[in-house]
Amino acid sequence: MKLELRGITKRFGSLVANDHIDLTVEAGEIHCLLGENGAGKSTLMNVLYGLYQADEGEILLDDVVQHFAGPGDAMKAGIGMVHQHFMLIPVFTVAENVMLGHESTKAGGFLDLQAARAKVREISDRFGFDVDPDALVDDLPVGVQQRVEIIKALSRDAKVLVFDEPTAVLTPQETDELMAIMRQLRESGTAIVFITHKLREVREVADRITVVRLGKVVGEASPTASNVELASLMVGRAVELTVQKDPPKLGEPALVVEGLSVIDHIGQLVVNDVSFEVRRGEILAVAGVQGNGQTELTEALVGLQPRVQGSISLDGEVLSGASVRKILDSGVGFVPEDRNEDGLVGEFSIAENLMLDRSNGAPFVKAANVQRGVLEQFATEKVAEFDVRTPGIDTKVGRLSGGNQQKVVLARELSRELRLLVAAQPTRGVDVGSIEFIHKRIVAARDAGVPVVVVSTELDEVTALADRIMVMYRGRIVGIVPGDTPRDVLGLMMAGEVPAEGAAA
Amino acid sequence: MSDPQPPAQPEPGAEPVESTVGGAEPAAASAPKATVTATDTAPPPAGSAKPAPADVEPPSRWATAFREIVTGNAIISVLAVVLALIVGAVMIAFTDERVQEAAVYFFARPGDTFVAVWESVSGAYVAFFQGSIYNFRRPDFIAGIRPLTETLTFATPLIAAGLGVGLAFRVGMFNIGGRGQMLIAASAAGWVGFGFDLPWGIHMIVAVLAGMIGAALWAGIAGLLKARTGAHEVIVTIMLNYVALYLVQWMLRTPGLLQAPGSNNPKTPAMKENAILPELLGPQFNLHFGFILAIGATVLVWWILNRSSLGFKFRAVGENPNAARVAGINVKSMYVYAMLISGALVGLAGVSQVLGTVTTGFSSGIDAGIGFDAITVALLGRSTPWGILAAGILFGAFKAGGFSMQAAEGVPIDIVLVVQSLIVLFIAAPPLVRAIFRLPAPGSTPKRQRPIVTKEMEAK
Amino acid sequence: MSTVTTDPAVPLTASLDKTVVVSWKAPIAFAIFTVLAAVLFAAAGSHGEATFRLSQGNDLLQLPDVTLSSEVTSWVCIVLMAAITVVSALLVRAKRKVGIWLVALFAVIFLIGFLTWAAAGSRTPVIPLPGLLASALSLSVPLIFGSLCGVISERVGVVNIAIEGQLLAGAFTSAVVASAVGNAVMGPALGMVAAAISGVLVAFVLAAFSIKYFVDQVIVGVVLNVLVLGLTSFMFSQVLAPNAAVLNSPPRLERLPIPVLSEIPLIGPMFFRQTILVYLMYIAVAVVYVGLFHTRWGLRLRSVGEHPQAADTVGINVTGTRFWNVSLAGAIAGLGGAFFTIGSGIAFSKEMTAGAGFIALAAVIFGQWDPIKATLAALLFGFATSLQVTLSIIGSPVPSEFMLMLPYLITILAVAGFVGRVRGPAAAGKPYIKS
Repeated sequence: MKLELRGITKRFGSLVANDHIDLTVEAGEIHCLLGENGAGKSTLMNVLYGLYQADEGEILLDDVVQHFAGPGDAMKAGIGMVHQHFMLIPVFTVAENVMLGHESTKAGGFLDLQAARAKVREISDRFGFDVDPDALVDDLPVGVQQRVEIIKALSRDAKVLVFDEPTAVLTPQETDELMAIMRQLRESGTAIVFITHKLREVREVADRITVVRLGKVVGEASPTASNVELASLMVGRAVELTVQKDPPKLGEPALVVEGLSVIDHIGQLVVNDVSFEVRRGEILAVAGVQGNGQTELTEALVGLQPRVQGSISLDGEVLSGASVRKILDSGVGFVPEDRNEDGLVGEFSIAENLMLDRSNGAPFVKAANVQRGVLEQFATEKVAEFDVRTPGIDTKVGRLSGGNQQKVVLARELSRELRLLVAAQPTRGVDVGSIEFIHKRIVAARDAGVPVVVVSTELDEVTALADRIMVMYRGRIVGIVPGDTPRDVLGLMMAGEVPAEGAAA
Repeated sequence: MSDPQPPAQPEPGAEPVESTVGGAEPAAASAPKATVTATDTAPPPAGSAKPAPADVEPPSRWATAFREIVTGNAIISVLAVVLALIVGAVMIAFTDERVQEAAVYFFARPGDTFVAVWESVSGAYVAFFQGSIYNFRRPDFIAGIRPLTETLTFATPLIAAGLGVGLAFRVGMFNIGGRGQMLIAASAAGWVGFGFDLPWGIHMIVAVLAGMIGAALWAGIAGLLKARTGAHEVIVTIMLNYVALYLVQWMLRTPGLLQAPGSNNPKTPAMKENAILPELLGPQFNLHFGFILAIGATVLVWWILNRSSLGFKFRAVGENPNAARVAGINVKSMYVYAMLISGALVGLAGVSQVLGTVTTGFSSGIDAGIGFDAITVALLGRSTPWGILAAGILFGAFKAGGFSMQAAEGVPIDIVLVVQSLIVLFIAAPPLVRAIFRLPAPGSTPKRQRPIVTKEMEAK
Repeated sequence: MSTVTTDPAVPLTASLDKTVVVSWKAPIAFAIFTVLAAVLFAAAGSHGEATFRLSQGNDLLQLPDVTLSSEVTSWVCIVLMAAITVVSALLVRAKRKVGIWLVALFAVIFLIGFLTWAAAGSRTPVIPLPGLLASALSLSVPLIFGSLCGVISERVGVVNIAIEGQLLAGAFTSAVVASAVGNAVMGPALGMVAAAISGVLVAFVLAAFSIKYFVDQVIVGVVLNVLVLGLTSFMFSQVLAPNAAVLNSPPRLERLPIPVLSEIPLIGPMFFRQTILVYLMYIAVAVVYVGLFHTRWGLRLRSVGEHPQAADTVGINVTGTRFWNVSLAGAIAGLGGAFFTIGSGIAFSKEMTAGAGFIALAAVIFGQWDPIKATLAALLFGFATSLQVTLSIIGSPVPSEFMLMLPYLITILAVAGFVGRVRGPAAAGKPYIKS
């Protein structure tokens, strides 16, 4: 079945997530949709799957215009999707998950589990899956769960199969196996859309490549193109982020991390034996694809991760095992990755958010009373200093734009006596003007002698800020390289490949 | 009710919620969220502002002001009360025998029906007014104003318990355990009140404190279990209500515990003179010092929530427990402290019942449904201290007026429960009220319904 | 680190230890109960005998009474309980699960010991077992209906605190309709239909506010209870009380003994000498159980309560599924309410459900959202209440209040994780808001 998207446009308020995207996928073809995080790939696929309604444009299957009011329609038309976050019910068995929504029943509405099991077995035999139809999905490893998603789509006779970042959660071995499955599906005539930002995988399986950037198709490439070509297409010309930066005046090693491992709440090892140090007056940028342990690393640094092994020390003082309160009080500033979720209280005023992590003592609290005068003065100062565009300090933070919200977070963290600044994705969802300002303030902190750890998935940001770059992949450090390492080298490292000369720094 | 399909779009009152269906790309997923927030909300922020269409004339200031009034929270509250009173009137009219008799020959003489409806409803509501605010039939002011003091007497425990429930709401918790906490408070305060002989003043203070501490600890169980094991406070407080009820019933019928000596009834002896909360306006009025305590509690809660560092942390935890945790606030302790304080406030309601309103000894019905009324009070008062004070007085008036309605017109007091719960239902769903009165949807983001969705901390 | 590092030797996703987690809860709980029993029997040892009456006067097959000596029974039970404790500890040490049968056996022995001890210390040391069990079942009927309602609505993702209100509404309407119809056959039949409808109406409000307006489900539930209480009490005082003869003297559902089964000793009269409503309950339990786990309806229902997005992506209408199933649950609770009035032949009175809805809620949680387990939990709670009544009739020294407290205490322990693993439907209580 041939899939064609014509001029798909999807807007969210003022943001154009998809801007007149055209895409054609032939039967028996693996078509890669390549782009950075936030390029609009998933939005496009959600439009295709009926989860979003396009504002403009049309979807054609075998040259017939389709109208999908919901996923049910898309599925009936023969479109299947393997979601990045699996759409499986954890407490159901494989067979139940596969049959859900199109159950075959015996007389009286009883589920025909036998038929569902047979279906699962049949499909998994066809592709050599080895999936037990009666296993609970919750008990299965991630790779197998993904196969269940594939079986689910195939059991509905999907002729067009969308894989949305399918390798994000897979080990390399599982990734290789998935590639083989995709080739097999192609042989059987399925049209495959493979969404990814990993160059290696693209080159391995793609028949055609469409590169998307900032919601637009920016070009097509053939799988024979080199990694460098693909990377430059995907990332585009480097946005001129002019960060005025003097050479670092390096001081003593301040933050020393040794053998740090973090186990998350479902028992997975998300940071695996990581060791590094950051000197005073230095910015260490942690680069990597989202979900390779950077988030958990920063959370471990401020004591937010409960299951941590190894040691973290700051100026010789051991921080591992201490409470968040104590770590913050000892002079660690933290800009969390998701400011709406973890950094700000949306219903609080700017002033209140500015005292959020200093609610215990001086200067804002005296004898259990919030010193409103002091706070007001402080807030007025900081709003001016950090150029927060707001009607007043009593405005609720939830009403500010992303850039101004982030300035509030930064103002709060930078206005303490800092001995370490940890900033995760400091400019995510922030307008260009604010980005520049935020970068300037981070550099200023470093110039004042504060060791800084910046985590970013944006290569532009990493190269603009870093004195040294640490690349993480699957919970481990791929390498720590100088700040002027070329982008394509970094891109390869982010995919887990280490150029021989880049390993030490 | 014929259409079971809610619209796919969230109602204006709902928070914009990020779709995570296949939301693979964090930046793309968070960007629309931020944009929705920015466009929905009032002041267009610099930078990413969406310019207003040039060809639309800016609305006049009056129009804006009017719009703000009719889309605001206050008008919803007022309309909810009006709507509920109308429903109450309909119920009174339909169940009135005179109306029923007149309705039999409605088509012959419809006027009779309307007269009967008018008489029945107006009679009830006049009795209601005379029972709750001012009785014109009395010769002098002192007797005329007595209903108002009755209202305040009824309001006293409602305010105290409402403050407790409201405070817990602000920390993101739902204290449905008012009944149990009141019973424990009543028992503790009562036990001190009749079982000891202490000097004037001290006796009262000790009794009040005993009640409040007892209730605080009882509520603290729920807070502790939530903090330690994640047990949901809704279930725990509901179950603790019944545990408290049976515990108190057992104590009430066991000699040597709460039962009055020489009696076979499950009832305590009368409170000692020194333990009783003094009358405020002399013996001809029932209003007692508990009302002052309730006002004091209102000020205290206002201070805690709006001025103290503890309240700051409370509110941070209630609004966004994740951010609070990242900011170094010990979320679990806040849950425990909040339940302790909440319980103490609800306990004050129990104390004021046994030491102020019913000083001749109490039985297991002493809570008089106040624990549940408190939830409606807190919701109507939108969990703010002064709002709760006002809502408590309103519901106190409902009770006082309800009794007068029952006595004068034979309208059962239970109608108060109906009106109360309808008010809360209407307030909880502003879009419904707007639809009924055909009000415009708010252009600016409505203040979020504070306790409507309590947030849970992510398991980490 | 000079070579490719994409292939770490150990797959990072491997979870730490997948060893079978064995819980010491059962042996510890057994030990505590054994010690408690020993202390109780030793400290407040009762002397004499307890008689268990096994048959009622009109039974076809008469069983003789069983008389047990208090001292002997007590100590035999304690020894047996201690033995089970040891066995369970050995099982756990051998990393094997403590089977439910062992728990059941322990419970039965504990109960026999307790009953003997309690009865022997009473004024009349006779326990009429058939009466005790029959009244346990009657007390459980509304609880079981209520908990089935709770199971369905929570499984579909809507927390239902309003079971109490639905029961009360059912009790009220069935009494009124059955009385008004007057006919001894048609009256109760229509009363049951009316009860179901009134339960649905309450459920409609719950569904509309929580699904359409995204109001917190707990708030709606709590308020609905108050609303129904207010409405029924108002109507009772205003309309029913003055016209009690016409509107509030419901005929009682007839008992329909099932021919052979009802003659089985002990359990026959208990289970099979019942009204149509109770037989309906048996059917409801079976249908809900089979339906939930073996039909398309149940599969979709559970998927919506566990992971609404996943259900949505396979084309299931989440809001519709929630709406109609909450309504269906309301019908079941409404029927349970009918038991209070026409099921027992009692006139409606204010607040007559007296917290049964909350015990039903407790049964849902204690029964881990499973219709069978919730039914068993409801039976247990009903039995505790019935036992309390029996003990107070025979003049036992055990304070009845503590028996009444039991369901609630057990539920608190359950939600706090001390008794079994309690995990509700993942999406219960969360409104589903599509973008």
